[in-house]
Formats: sequence, structure tokens, C-alpha cells
Amino acid sequence: MAFSRRNFLKYAAMSAGGTVLADTPFISAEARAKAEGGNVKYVPTSCEMCFWKCGAVAKVVDGKVVKLEGNPYHPQSRGKLCARGQAGIGQLYDEDRLKHPMIIDGARGEGKYRKASWDEALDYVAKKMKAIAEKYGPESLAMMSHGSPGDYFTNVLKAMGSRNIAFPSFAQCKGIRDVAWELTYGHKPGTSCERVDLENSRVIVLFGTHLGENMHNSQNQEFAEAVGRGAKIICVDPRYSTAASKSSFWLPIKPGTDTALLLTWINIVISEGLYDKEYVEKYTVGFDEVKDAVKEYTPEWAAQETELPMRQIVESVRELCRYAPNVVVHPGRHYSWYGNDTQRARAVAILNALLGTWGRKGGMWLPAKAKFSGFNDAAPEYPPASKPPLIKGDFPFAGGEGVTQALRDATITGNPYPIKAWIVAGTNLMKALPDQRLTRKAIDNLDLLVAVDLFPTETVMLADVILPECTYLERHDGLFKISTREAGVAIRQPAVEPMYETKPAWWIGSELCKKLGLEQYAAKDNWEGRMRRQAKAWGIDYDQLSKHTGYVSIPGSEKPYITEDNQPVFGTFSEKIELYSEELEGEGFDPVPKYEPIEHPEKDMFRLIYGRSPVHTFSRTVNTQWLWELEKENEVWLNKKEADRLGVKNGQYIVLENQDGVRCNKVKAKVTERIRHDCVYMVHGFGHNAPGLTRANQSGADDQQLITKYIEDPITGGTGMRVNFVKIIKEA
Amino acid sequence: MPRYAMVIDQSRCIGCMACVVSCKRENDVPPEHYRTRVLEMVQGNFPDLTTEMRSELCNHCDNAPCVNICPTGASHHEEDGTVQIDRDKCVGCKACITSCPYNARHINEEHGYADKCSFCQQRLAEGKKPACVATCIGGSRIFGDLDDPNSEVSKILRKTSHRVLGKSIGTGPNVYYINQYPKRA
Repeated sequence: MAFSRRNFLKYAAMSAGGTVLADTPFISAEARAKAEGGNVKYVPTSCEMCFWKCGAVAKVVDGKVVKLEGNPYHPQSRGKLCARGQAGIGQLYDEDRLKHPMIIDGARGEGKYRKASWDEALDYVAKKMKAIAEKYGPESLAMMSHGSPGDYFTNVLKAMGSRNIAFPSFAQCKGIRDVAWELTYGHKPGTSCERVDLENSRVIVLFGTHLGENMHNSQNQEFAEAVGRGAKIICVDPRYSTAASKSSFWLPIKPGTDTALLLTWINIVISEGLYDKEYVEKYTVGFDEVKDAVKEYTPEWAAQETELPMRQIVESVRELCRYAPNVVVHPGRHYSWYGNDTQRARAVAILNALLGTWGRKGGMWLPAKAKFSGFNDAAPEYPPASKPPLIKGDFPFAGGEGVTQALRDATITGNPYPIKAWIVAGTNLMKALPDQRLTRKAIDNLDLLVAVDLFPTETVMLADVILPECTYLERHDGLFKISTREAGVAIRQPAVEPMYETKPAWWIGSELCKKLGLEQYAAKDNWEGRMRRQAKAWGIDYDQLSKHTGYVSIPGSEKPYITEDNQPVFGTFSEKIELYSEELEGEGFDPVPKYEPIEHPEKDMFRLIYGRSPVHTFSRTVNTQWLWELEKENEVWLNKKEADRLGVKNGQYIVLENQDGVRCNKVKAKVTERIRHDCVYMVHGFGHNAPGLTRANQSGADDQQLITKYIEDPITGGTGMRVNFVKIIKEA
Repeated sequence: MPRYAMVIDQSRCIGCMACVVSCKRENDVPPEHYRTRVLEMVQGNFPDLTTEMRSELCNHCDNAPCVNICPTGASHHEEDGTVQIDRDKCVGCKACITSCPYNARHINEEHGYADKCSFCQQRLAEGKKPACVATCIGGSRIFGDLDDPNSEVSKILRKTSHRVLGKSIGTGPNVYYINQYPKRA
């Protein structure tokens, strides 16, 4: 593309300062394209290479997306995209994509399918769904999802009369944390992002949160900013993570003993009088109960339990208190670790309260203040649930997002009623849920498995009907409410037309409604029409969003810190921060967290822990060209001394076998000083057993394969997954 | 005329590889080749460890071995101080590749010419920063004009101790490294 001097001047005049080497690439996507001339189009949209929903701008030349960059207006991206965001084009133009609807033509798992038209495939699904609903009741239809496609099939299920809808993001990830903070503060610790004011923090405490490797764009920008200006990092992790390498205190804790450290810290904070007395007095209830409950957790005891030096335990928390309240103990994100995780999250929430971080600069900002009027595009009310849903299992505090494995259990046992159909949209359940054997067993019990996805993953290739969704660069989704320090609205819209015979999930859901005779719940016209009406209802200028900035903020919504006339509102019963939880007590749980020791591995067994790579999102991106190129397979991190003892060399292929005798694919050993002796670590999401993923298939090992054991958190139903022990088989 | 340089604040690098992918996309770098990379080098014994995150790329040396050795004049200095490759003049002899002490070059096998970081010459012409800098999540890569005393690079180099890679070889690199390890308690 030629960039004439004249055009450059035009562009420079448009950009904020008009200076050379300006970082602001555009004021308006439309104006920028006009200035460049030729066949160039810039489309502001929202990334979906992960679920942080960064604002992205797609550069389209002659109908092809050639470049993706970060939207400078969008608070989740701030003009930048991570490796995955940059590589989104690789997902769009991946030859391995699902290209047309398919109907099973053989036994489940054989991988034999016949090509079908959309009409035929949707007819097939609708007929089966109707037959199942008639025979077993609508409640026998279930849906599990991650990301935006879930919205459209939630609509289908509710219209049918089922509420058996669950998202692995709850019980396999952050639901546990959210519940703990709701019990304590009456709010989740964040929606679009954790409300951590990292860029202003003086001390940041990370419990297993591996920022840098866990690549959430804006949060990492702020973390690096904090490190750059000298904030102190206290990193609690059995592994020397990237974040640990930036830390002033690295506490290589014995896995599973985090709550011991937290309760001891709380004890020190209280007994040494380091807490924020005024704040605690004004905003909390239950201080005296906490004070009494934590007395037994002494530094001497903690040093033994956590295998950390006592001096480090004491000095790190004193350093934290020294800078309070401009500090934060990060609430974390993936929380399903050991099966008693709500109480760990409660301890983090209580410690933050004692330090007075909620609503303080460098702590946690207060939720943005904005009201959006309700909008359902004049769709009728849903019929009531045919039977109470099973998505809460036996867990009194399970959230509305549902407990996936409760649906799986019911699918296997048929109790209390049968579940006979799953719609699985945008999630690879075989990789998301612990114990793949049970997932497979449940799937084999189904009369109908419908997969809506982009790629032929393990789960998709077990489906009866495969419905190919188009990528985020080819579709509209509903307008997104973005809640950062300010409230705002962002758009996702197509940069190019859907390739092959793929369709947006909204269309698939809407057409399915029509086939089911539920036209009243189908889209009124097209999704863009709906989005325009939604924008109007919310008082947002749609053209500004779609043609120019891709994101608009709600003026006056940003009220981050406590002031005299900006007081925090706690959504708890007491309307205060509940250090002591009567709600938990009422259900027979500890109202103040107690330390419960967990089982530890015997000699020659290692606890399997797992985490993330900055260039991959779960198992979703391993096949994406540029990301696969950077990290084709994962490695098992093994402590150097242990490796020497076992005779394992760095780079050698080994196999892991867990306590149930289940083995993983061969995987490279990373022999390192960076991990404790009693655990091994691998990045989650590799080891695909999906021949249709031509790059990713069979590369690396699948941690989820080895996670045959899980312990359910009795409060929320979260599945503790770091409870599996493996031994090392040298002959790969 | 500007004199371009890059400063890399290693303490801010979180090893996320956004720069690497951004570079590949911007410059259409062929599979398995890179114009820039990020090395993570860990030293010490558990639990006393330190890490150096090091972004590496062409150093656009003042006294560039690749320019000196190039038999055809394809590798050359531009007026802005950057080292560039005239692809029409390059015969793919690989002399530059062996001469580069920074391992910054590769052969584009499809077209036969040597290739490397150009500081995104095409973006500079549009008034934009190099792609890796524009997307650097940690704000670790800083770019600008050394001849402008008010540029970000000039300012940071004035007030921060810095180093270049392989100073003793006398190549006169224009990529500067600053690093402040946090003190570990």
C-alpha cells in the first residue's frame, strides 16, 4: 500500500498531536481508511483469541484481513494486542477450520461424518431435540459453553423450558473466587477484569497468579508498569514464574498450604496492630471473631507447614503492611486447585479488607457506576423450567453459571432425571473438565450431542452434529458492556464475510429456534439490526462504535476511590465487609476460614500443577500458525536435583503416570532450578488427540488426561484439580 | 535527519512474545524465522534465582560487520543510521549471516535474499513506531531519535545506566539495554 506524503500529512493532522511517531494510530477507523485511500478498510472489533475482550482494529485490504492491532480507545487493550491477538489472522485463515455442517455417519468417536446442508443439519438437530423433550421432558436438554456463543443457545434452551445450562468458567475456574468475594464484599472482585489498581500499587501480592504467563492484556500492562516504577512484588508460587522473577519476595510455598500462610499473615497483621483500624471499624463486621480464630496460626507453625523460612513469612507481610492501603493481594482467577478453595479466596478477601485496599489507590478500585436499561428486543418471557435445573449440584453457594460436572453426573446416572442431549458451544469439554473418562462416559449416554465450534477438537469429533461457527473476525455479537475503572460499551463486528459455509452463532441459534417452532425467540431481522436497537436503548451512538472508535465510555461512571461523597456500597446482608460470614455459618461451613491440611505425594511421586503460556489460550490456539510455531509442545518442569536423582536429562522425552495408572503422551522434560522438589508443572492445553488439528495433534502432553482425580469444593462445587500425583516413566 | 535507536528496559519485559508475533505479521516473516526474539535466561540455584529477559534484534550497528562484508553493497546504512538491505542487490551469499555477532539475520528461502529487522522502515515512513514497540505489552521496548534530546530514548539513556551487547567487539550497536533487578529479600 502506497503511503504518499500528502496522505501522511492528512493522517498526521488527524492524530492527536500530529507528531511523528505518535502512538495513536487513529481517531476514527473510517477516517484513517479514507486517508490511506485505495482498497483499505479498518474495522474496529473485539478480539476473541482469549476472553479478555480487547478492542482490536482489523486492517482489511482487498477483502483480506492483513493486520490486527490494539484499539487505543479500548481500556482492555490500550492500543496493544498480545501475541495471540496479533495471531488472530492465523485462526481466520487456518485450513483446519470446520467448513460446513456435518452429521455423524458411523459410531461415536469413529470420526466418520457426512457433509450436510444447514437446512438438513438444523432439521436433524431440531427433530432430535423435540423427540428427546417429548420423551424425557425439556429438562433433559443441556447446554455447556464458553464465550459468546453461549448466549444464543441459552436462549434456545430457555425457550424450550430447560435451565440446565452451565459454563466451565465457574466450577473449573473462577466461580469459586467470585462466590468467596460475594460472600465477603457483596461483589465479585471484577467482571471484565479483576478490579486491581496495579498501576498505582506499591506492593502486589500474587498467590499462584502468574502474570506475564497468564496473558491478560491490560492487567499485564499495568503489572509491568508497576514493576518498572519499582513496586514490590511478593510472589507465592512453588514455581519460579515470570512474575516471581520480578519479585522482591519469592515464597516457594509447599503446594496446598497457601491458606496456612494467609491465615498466619492475618494473625500477624492483627497481633502486630498493622491493620487499618479506622477502615476496619467503619466498613467491616466480625473483626473480633477473626482475631480469635487466627490466633493459633503462628509464624513458627506456618514455617513448618508451608516449608518457607519464618523470617520470609514475617518480613514479607510487614513490607506489605508498610505500604497499605496502596497495596493489593491479587484475588487470582483460576481457583479450582485443592477442593477447599472458597476458604482460600475468603482468606485473601479478608486480608485485603484488613489492609483497607477496597476502594483505595493502588488497591482495588470501586465498581464503575453506570446503569444500562434492560434490553431483550421485545422477546416474550420464557416458559418456566419444566423441572428444577441440576446445575447447582449439592452445593449451597454454586452460582448461576452452573456446575458442569453436576450435569455430567446426571447424564451418567440418569438421576434425579435423565439428561439426553448436550449442546456444546465454544468449549472443548474433554480438555476443560477433570476426568476425561467420565466426560466420555456421559457423552456415550447421550442421544444427541451438538457441537458448535471453529475447529475439529476432541469434543467436536464426538458430536452427532457439527455446526461450524465463523470466527470473531467474521461475525457480529451482542454489544459488550465493559466494566473497567469506567463503564463502557464495545462492539464486535465482522472484518470480512464468513468463509466456507460457516455461520455466526446468533444465526445458528436463531434458525434452530425457527426449526423448533419457537419463532418468537428468533432474531427479529439480523444481528446488526438488534445491536442498533440495543445501542439506542442504552443511549449509545451505534455509528460511533461501528465506524469510528469501536468503544465508547459512559461519562461520569469512573469513581474508583473512596472519598467522603463516594462511599463504597457492599451488597452483603450487613451492608459491610463480612470478615465473619453468617451466610456460610448458616449452611454449616466455617464462618472464618480454617486451615485444612491436604494429602501430599509420597516419595517418587510429584504433585501435578499446571498453568498457562502467554502465547496460548487453553487448548484453543495450539493449532494457530504463529502461536504453534512459537510453542509447539509443552514441557514438564522437573526440579534439577530430583531429575539428577532419577537420571532424567533436560530435553529428554518422558511419560507421566498418575495415581490411577493413567499415562500421558510423551513429553519433554524441562530440568530446572525453577520449581520445588515435590511437584511438576506443565502448561495446560497441549497433547491434542484430534487428527483434524494438523499442527497441534499429538504434540506435548495433556494435563487434563492426568487429572482423573478431583475434589469438589463443598461450598461452590469447584473442582480442585491440583490433587493428582504422578510418577516419572523414563522410557517415552 | 534522525538517528534511530531502541532502548530495552529488561525489567519491564514479561516475556509475552507479543513483539515477536507482531513483527512476524507486520513484516511477513516466513515460518520458523524471526527478526526478533525474547530470551529468558535464569541463573542460580533454587531458591536463589535471577532472570534476565532479553529481547534481541538487529543492533543497527554504526560499525556494522554485515555492511563491511557485503560484497554487493546490498547491506548498507541509511541516512537515519539504520542498517538496511537492498533486496535487488542481495545475492544470498550469507556472508552477512556469518559476520553478524548477534545472530540477527536469516535467508528468506522463498526469495533468496538476506533479511532482518529494519526497525520497521515502512512504519517509520508513515510516522509510526516499529510494530514490536507499538504492541509491547510491558512498555519494555522504547524507540526514538538519539539526535533529539527530548526524545524518550535520549531522556532515558541520560538518566539510566545502560549497556550494549558485545561492546568490546566495537560494532557500535544502537540497541541499548537497561535493567534493574528487584532486590530479593
